[in-house]
Order: sequence, then C-alpha cells, then structure tokens
Amino acid sequence: MAHAITVTVNGSTHRHEVEPRLLLVYYLREVLGLTGTHIGCDTTSCGACTIIMNGQAVKSCTLLAVQADGTQMLTVEGLAQNGALHPIQEGFWEEHGLQCGFCTPGMMLAAVQLLARNPNPTDDEIRHGLDGNLCRCTGYQHIVNSVKHAARTLADQRMPAIPTPRAAGAKTR
Amino acid sequence: MIPAPFEYHRASSVTEALQLLTTLPEAKLLAGGHSLLPMMKLRLVSPTHVVDLGRIEALRFIRRDGQVVVAGALATHWMVESSDVVRGAVPLLAETAAKIGDVQVRNAGTIGGSLAHADPAADYPAAILALDAQMVAQSPRGRRTIPAGEFFTGLFSTALASDEILVEVRIPVPSGATGSAYLKFAHPASGFAVVGVAAVITVDAQGRCADARVGVTGVGPAAYRPARVEAQLKGAALDDKTVGAAAEHAAEGVNVNEDLFASAEYRAHLARVFTKRAVLAAAQKAR
Repeated sequence: MAHAITVTVNGSTHRHEVEPRLLLVYYLREVLGLTGTHIGCDTTSCGACTIIMNGQAVKSCTLLAVQADGTQMLTVEGLAQNGALHPIQEGFWEEHGLQCGFCTPGMMLAAVQLLARNPNPTDDEIRHGLDGNLCRCTGYQHIVNSVKHAARTLADQRMPAIPTPRAAGAKTR
Repeated sequence: MIPAPFEYHRASSVTEALQLLTTLPEAKLLAGGHSLLPMMKLRLVSPTHVVDLGRIEALRFIRRDGQVVVAGALATHWMVESSDVVRGAVPLLAETAAKIGDVQVRNAGTIGGSLAHADPAADYPAAILALDAQMVAQSPRGRRTIPAGEFFTGLFSTALASDEILVEVRIPVPSGATGSAYLKFAHPASGFAVVGVAAVITVDAQGRCADARVGVTGVGPAAYRPARVEAQLKGAALDDKTVGAAAEHAAEGVNVNEDLFASAEYRAHLARVFTKRAVLAAAQKAR
C-alpha cells in the first residue's frame, strides 16, 4: 500500500504517494529528478548518497522515503544560492578537490555538516569528519584543502555552513 | 538493492507500537534503520510488516537521573557521542559511540536499535557490559529491567521477548577513582569491531585494582565479560606484567568468530592484546 509523504527539499515542498520500500535516494533521483545525489556502493559505505536531513548528514541509500516524511532536506542542488556557489563548492573548485566528481556531492554535504559542528577544523578533524565518504581519485589531500578553504570563506562571510534554501511553492507530480 | 515489499506502520507512541506488535507478531521494529535496512536490502530479512518507531520523540532523550544516566532507545549515536551528560558522567559510552561507523551512520543509528539488533561486531555491547547497564523493556505486561549481563544471549539474539520493545538504557555513574577506555580494532572496510574491548577500572588508595569490569565484542557470537580476566585483576597491581597475565584469559571458553578477514586464532590474539591495552588505559585514567 502506498503512503503519502510531504517533504521539503531545497526549499520546495513535494507531496507524493510512495511504496514503503522505496529508498530515499531513489525518491530524490527518480521521483524528484534530483540526480546530483549519487548511488555509489548502495551499502552505507561510500557516502555518495549523503544529503542533509533536518540539519544532519545522512546516507539516503539507507533510509526509506517514508522515513523522510515531514523533513527538510538539502541536496547538492540546494547548495548554491541566487546563482552564487556555496563556499564549499568554491573550495572544491579552487583547491581541485575533485577529479571524476562522482563522490563530490556527498563529500560537500558531509563537509558542510562538519563545518556546522566545527567551523575551524584541523586536518585530522576534517579527515575524521569525512570518514564516511570515499573518493577513489584524489587521495583526499585536495579535499581536505577544499574544506579548509570553505572554512575560511564561511568565517570571513559569517555564513552558516548549512544553507537554508528559499521556500518555493508546493509542487506535486 | 531494493527490499522486498512490506507493509509500513508508523507508531506515534510506545503504546501504539506495542498494540501493532500484538496484532502483527511477525513485524520488525525500525528505529534508525541502520541495521535493519541494510539486511532488508540484501534480503537477509524480508519482513511482511515494519513498525517504524522513529517518530516516538518521547524515546529520543538523554538525561541524568541521580546516579544514573538514562538514554532513550531512540537517542542517536551522535547524541550519545556529543552529550555533555554522557561525556561528563559515563565518558566510556561517549567514547564508544564516537567509534561507531561514520558521521552519517552516527546521525541516524540509535542506541536502542543497535542493542536490540545485537550484532556480534557492534561496539555498544562492550561498553554496556563494562558499565553494568540496565535495559528497560516494555510490553503489554508492563516494564521490566534486564541487566546487561543477561541481555546478549547469542548471535543477533537478546533477552527481549517478541512482544517487548527496548525503551531505555540506564547506565549507573561509576563511583570512586574509576577510569575507563574502549579500544577497537576496526575492520578496515566496514568499520565494525573485529575486536572491541571496554574496560572500567576502579583503583584503591594504594593504586591497586579495587574493581574491574571488562566487556568484549567482536570475538564471540555475543559480547561477553571475561570472568577470569576480571577475577585476576581484582586486588592486583595494575602494572604491565600483571595486567598482561590477566588478559591472557580474554577469549577463554569462547567459541571465537572466524571470517575471511580474521581467523579464530588471530581474533583471540587480538582479544588478549586489546584487553591488556584497554585495562591499562582505563587504569591510567583512574589514577
């Protein structure tokens, strides 16, 4: 039996009927069309599917869409505000924090979670904070540099690490 | 990987969840979902009914109640890890929570879910045993308290009855000159404990061991307290040689787990090494 859920993703509210076994990552990608959230390992290991739900980074491959009912979510598509890249996106750009880019959305969302809890992390703290995200290209040092770059920008601009995208009208498909 | 179809039921209270369990005795309980959903995706389990406890906010708390820290079953690992109450009163539990999985897993997984799932390689059971915690289970018959030492009964098995829900974990605050440590040999891919040892050591005025409680996870089908290690430590000097001799008994009488990563012999060796290190680290903090 399908269940009705209402979620707010990147400021937009959506209502859908979903099958209980639908995983959140498939809801985001296939129902909402937000394909920036990637499916890597599908076993809670790689972190490519990381999103922010009610202010907390979670792996959307290990949640049911019905569990997300009533929550506020942020995906990589919601990081940039008013056409301006979020400081974590700038950081990855400036510090060459990616090669193939597959892990990058999850890395960035795990990074903003880290920066929300610890605005001025050490290299070790960054590596610990990104423990749940795997990158198979860069060897991580450039990712660490990217997060430090973002930490500086966020401090300079006195911005919250986790943005609150502007509310848009409700959409149903 | 997609779970097999199931009926989803969301409980808004413990009472409602217990009613659902009574009418649907085959239902599985869902808390944070970080044990159950991976197993459902692999179709190791395919429940026909899932009762979601995740919205019972009354179970999502941590508080101090006199000389006891009480964690609601839905307290996430992150809540446990970051709680000032836990860090101040029972730092071993916060230290253990911080070593579970990764940040995202700790944001979603819950202490009650982890304990009720009783994975043989889970981290909490070692600390729960060493802290001599009490599990509070609720059923239509009322509430009862299960001591940690009686809770873990075997592989993925606990003393919880099929109509009971684990609602609280009560952790006595250690008294006296007590130190604690949780040391873990993490599987490099999964992060689960190949071996994890929690130690709570109380020292007397002479610096000798007044009390020792040790919890070992990852080694046997269920976490356990190595009785002979504890007995040998009590009253002993807490030096390298004495602790090492006691730790030799860490895997004694245990049907030691074996897998592709670690043979039984290797795991038993790690149990002895990590028991020695955890006891020495705890003793150091007790002084």
